[in-house]
Amino acid sequence: MTIMEKLQNINHFDQSESQRRCLQYRRKILDISQQVSALHAAGAFSAMEMVDCIYHCLMRRNPDGTSPDTFLMSKGHSCLVQYAILEEMGVLSHRDLDLYCKAGGRLGCHPDYGNPGIEASTGSLGHGMGLAVGMSYTDKIHGKDTILYMVTSDGELQEGSTWETMMMGANLEVENLIVLLDHNGSQSFGHTRETHPKFYPIREKVEAFGWECAEVNGHDVTAVYNAVLNRKGGRPFMLIGNTVKGRGVSFMENKPIWHYRSPNQQEYIQAITELKEINS
Amino acid sequence: MRNKFADVIYEIGSKDERICALVADISPAGSIVKFREEFPDRFINVGVAEQAMIGIAAGMALRGMRPFCYTIATFSLYRPFEMVRVDLCYQNLPVTIVGMGAGVIYSTLGGTHHTMEDVAVASAIPNMTVLAPCDPEEMRLATRWCATESNGPVYMRLGKAGEPDLTANALDPFQIGKVRYLKKGSDIAILSYGITLSMALDIAKKLEEEGKSVSVISCHTIKPLDNKGIRQVLENHKRVAVVEEHVPHGGLGSRVKEIAWDMDAQCKLDCFSLKDEFIHFYGSHSELLEVHGLSINKILSQLSK
Repeated sequence: MTIMEKLQNINHFDQSESQRRCLQYRRKILDISQQVSALHAAGAFSAMEMVDCIYHCLMRRNPDGTSPDTFLMSKGHSCLVQYAILEEMGVLSHRDLDLYCKAGGRLGCHPDYGNPGIEASTGSLGHGMGLAVGMSYTDKIHGKDTILYMVTSDGELQEGSTWETMMMGANLEVENLIVLLDHNGSQSFGHTRETHPKFYPIREKVEAFGWECAEVNGHDVTAVYNAVLNRKGGRPFMLIGNTVKGRGVSFMENKPIWHYRSPNQQEYIQAITELKEINS
Repeated sequence: MRNKFADVIYEIGSKDERICALVADISPAGSIVKFREEFPDRFINVGVAEQAMIGIAAGMALRGMRPFCYTIATFSLYRPFEMVRVDLCYQNLPVTIVGMGAGVIYSTLGGTHHTMEDVAVASAIPNMTVLAPCDPEEMRLATRWCATESNGPVYMRLGKAGEPDLTANALDPFQIGKVRYLKKGSDIAILSYGITLSMALDIAKKLEEEGKSVSVISCHTIKPLDNKGIRQVLENHKRVAVVEEHVPHGGLGSRVKEIAWDMDAQCKLDCFSLKDEFIHFYGSHSELLEVHGLSINKILSQLSK
């Protein structure tokens, strides 16, 4: 079965369902923000629709809810999206999320291998790609019908290790590796176009490294879904999802300070009030 | 050692499909060629990309494989250090890093190719096991353990080629986590590992000619160190010497001193190591060791005081 045929077998796709879920996850993350001082909400909000699409639309599901496919959150600091989804799926408990970053809990600001639903420890940037290439390559040589989905960040594309392992992934022809890039263009120090203009273009670099690459609006779940479905295959695939950091909360959008900060009570109320479903 | 390692990997890999070899553009020797030809899926040359070597190996281990990462020691550990720490050790994955040509064995290649701090660096990471077999047979047994029994990451420090067999008449079997007596005496004990064990045996021979009764002990497992075994060495000898091709801090000498302090050891303890210096000197391996202060004569002279 080809990758394309595999993807045709995936779960039903419903844009309005996805929008409803993402609204709920954003609310959940804002609620958690009132319990801890730091949580990287803005990066979680930019990756939101892509992570939702992977878990609910792209990863194939067995009747018991498990999947032959794997998800890695390489930009580990955005794991709150993953936690919120895993809680909704019943993989993590309400108590797990209540104890987020607290003594006695098991969930911190970055995903830890060994926790339910977490396939690898990430958080230090530039590690996910090597793990993903090793995992997808092993599945490939074992003839397993699996796809490995990974979400990475534009910040991670500044790590040399990411490019080393992308080059090797292309050499190893891991066509079962699909990477979604949360390109929010913003990092701790400011906007990447200003701080590192030569970081661009991205797509040409990715293609030059032997990958298939496409580019969409990363908040448009239909576009994300279709782009993955329409890939040619035969090579690893990267989808550049152009996103807005802090998407959904006006005062967080594209403001580097929200990379790390939690809203205070007043900001929280404003954020919760203005949240709505996002179309694109 | 290098060829023997390739033989062992081929032998184990023929029977166990979890065994895979990742190399970073190191010229394949001996049986590694055979391994590559017979099991091409399980042999990856990542090129000059050591971070990729460790990261991809970790990913393979997450899928149930037992990878061996093989390159020159300095590049196997320092360049991809954070991948070693996070991908392998934090996740506690059964990946063996084989650091070949450790110490200053690449004596003419200069400081960029010397590996003088690897035991300290590798030992500092939780979950890491640090092995330094002294001869091809210890290396074979250590590799077999890594391939079949280890449950976590290992850094295995190797020499280069042409090491003599030193353990044919050892008094103890090779057992991970246990010191191993190659000779047993009562006056002086020499603790060493890896490349310098042959020097330890030469020193013992000279001391025996002077009428001393000498123990020579292979500390092939530096982490976890055999605390009980080291205590017994310190209790049962009047004088103990540690010889290692490593900087003075963070290696076996430091660890033995810690144990000696904790147990209030009464023996005299001398530690011989490389200097805490980069050496800008080119010559043979033994000449380089001499410049660093590691020579049979210097050690004998100190031990006669």
